Amino acid sequence: MIEISEVSKSFNGWQAVSELSLTIKEGELTVLIGSSGAGKSTMLKLLNRLLEPDSGSIRLHGQNILEYSPQQLRRRIGYAIQSVGLFPHWTVEQNIGAVPVLLKWPKARIVERVSELLELLQLAPEKFRHRYPHQLSGGQQQRVGVARALAADPDLLLMDEPFGALDPVTRASLQQELANIQALSGKTIVLVTHDIEEALALGQRIVLMDQGRIVQQGAPRDFLLAPANDLVREFVGQSDAGIRLLGLDKIADRVRRQPAIPGEPIRSSDTLRQALSVFITRRVQSLPVVDERGQPAGVLHFADLLEPPR
Amino acid sequence: MSVARQAQPAWRVGNLASPLIKLYNPLHLLLAMLAIIAGASLPLLSFAPNRLLSGQGIFLAQLIVQLNARYWLLAIPALPLLVAPWLRPSRINHSILIIAAAALSTGLLALAGHEAQLRSGATESLARVSFGAAFWLLLLTIWLQLAEALRGLALRLPAQVVVIVLALAPAAVLLMTGRLDSLSLLKEFQNHQEAFELALLRHLQLVTFSVLPAVLIGALFGVLSFRSQTARKLLFPVLNVIQTIPSIALFSLLIAPLALLGSLLPHTGISGIGLPPALLALTLYSLLPMSHGTLAALEQVPAAVREAAQGIGMSPWQIFFHVELPLALPVFLSSIRVTTVQAIGLAVVAALIGAGGFGVLMFQGMSSSALDLVLLAVIPVILLAISIDTAFKLAISILERRAGRQDHD
Repeated sequence: MIEISEVSKSFNGWQAVSELSLTIKEGELTVLIGSSGAGKSTMLKLLNRLLEPDSGSIRLHGQNILEYSPQQLRRRIGYAIQSVGLFPHWTVEQNIGAVPVLLKWPKARIVERVSELLELLQLAPEKFRHRYPHQLSGGQQQRVGVARALAADPDLLLMDEPFGALDPVTRASLQQELANIQALSGKTIVLVTHDIEEALALGQRIVLMDQGRIVQQGAPRDFLLAPANDLVREFVGQSDAGIRLLGLDKIADRVRRQPAIPGEPIRSSDTLRQALSVFITRRVQSLPVVDERGQPAGVLHFADLLEPPR
Repeated sequence: MSVARQAQPAWRVGNLASPLIKLYNPLHLLLAMLAIIAGASLPLLSFAPNRLLSGQGIFLAQLIVQLNARYWLLAIPALPLLVAPWLRPSRINHSILIIAAAALSTGLLALAGHEAQLRSGATESLARVSFGAAFWLLLLTIWLQLAEALRGLALRLPAQVVVIVLALAPAAVLLMTGRLDSLSLLKEFQNHQEAFELALLRHLQLVTFSVLPAVLIGALFGVLSFRSQTARKLLFPVLNVIQTIPSIALFSLLIAPLALLGSLLPHTGISGIGLPPALLALTLYSLLPMSHGTLAALEQVPAAVREAAQGIGMSPWQIFFHVELPLALPVFLSSIRVTTVQAIGLAVVAALIGAGGFGVLMFQGMSSSALDLVLLAVIPVILLAISIDTAFKLAISILERRAGRQDHD
């Protein structure tokens, strides 16, 4: 999908990205993570030519991105940023429809697409369509920002700390929605963050950057089980690694098909980390599990957290 | 119980749980006291046997003891304004105060017109009745009380403008119906009507044809300085220096080069004095606020919005027309407002180099120490500035509401 080879970019002598090579697979959610100044945002902006590399090449679908005009390239790539950057003088509908208008879609199709996206992001179309950005909460603004990035149905979505400015509750629900959208649409997403929790929750692949280079890349589990060096270990939080590992698995993977036991049930779609929390607070050895529809799905034992039941 | 009473402020009177008399607004108290002192100690009108002699004061007390029943009517609107400090701030009380202030200022004007009619009404009379110090001070305090009450109503700008226009309407009716014609100010107008109309026309020309080019050039300079640091470093020092030259000096500095140009191009009508140097100087003065305003207007467009526009694939021209221009427009209009108001004031000085305008009447009045002639020139300049200022503010507030800026709702 995207082949980045030996790309470098410096600003006034400061090396932001240094001979970086990376392949991003089709349909995967890749998270670029690192502390500030690691070069992750610069890398993202190189992908839609908001910045041009000093050397190296970037290929999209096998074609060098320099062969596209910057505007055409960007209209094919969704882009969402932390400060949202909604146009304050445009309604929600005009904001979301911005790229389709640039692509000269017929009006009726844009109206339809806006309704579709508002519904996808849990905003009632008729209620929000004609509002201005300042009439929305921070979370709603960010939803509109994501909807705008998705508007022209791009197969690649770039997100620069899209949920950074939100409160933890709103952030968690938007992360969940992004994961759902990605699972449903199979879009390729590159997301920049400095939040390891967000990276572990969303990333199918995580790329940890430092001083413009890749330190480690791989699945979330690899990061927790086999950190490449002290920097990675520090980043994933050595003392919390085990708990974070539990956060990667669902209760559904470990549940025993047993008759229901009494007690307040937990949902099979929750993570083992959430289950651990319930075990500790209730001081019990086993918990009843229900599925999404609330039907009994079996029992989870405390020991099952360590390894799958045989 | 006793603790609660001790906690009451000292100005509370009476020992009821809620006092009958409480000072709500110290500003109204200050203004009312000022009005009483002015009304009691300074002359309301002045009477002179002819326009050049200095007048003899006519005091409010003198008029009141005449026991003219019509003058006593003024007590009705005066009363609410005097008790305003102790009125509970409510919509009804604010409205009463606004109506009272409008009525009292109109009444004072009618009184002045009537007195002038009595003392110098005969057509061949050379006697003059002009406004005295107390009249101006009363007008000021009454309108400040009106402004304070209007502030209390917390209306949006368009509604405020409507209220003020309605409050001024009765005075305009007095003026139109000739009730004020015997006042010295109006006599000056009748004697200089032709010159007044000429001055008004020329003043408007001076302002329009200096602000218009300044807006175009200033916008260009502003955009250039926004795009390039070099342009900014070259332009602003020059514009700043121009702004510091005193206006009279700049007007006279331009006489020599333009006279030279005029002698080289005899058929263009360019000369060292008259309209061209005045327009040039006024344009030069307007350049700094316009360039500065345009730059500030562009700089306050949020960087995130610009980045988003670029990131979704807008071309530079699309970013300019769809994003930067609409978001910069309110601040840009605001700088046109400041520039225009400044030009209205500066254009007065243009009379010194023979460019005409209200300055002609003003300097003529000053040299012949005819104060009312000076006022005849100054009042329209002030009114012009205030109405242009208000018109722009109104336009900007409508624009901003449409643009859905953060500071509304």
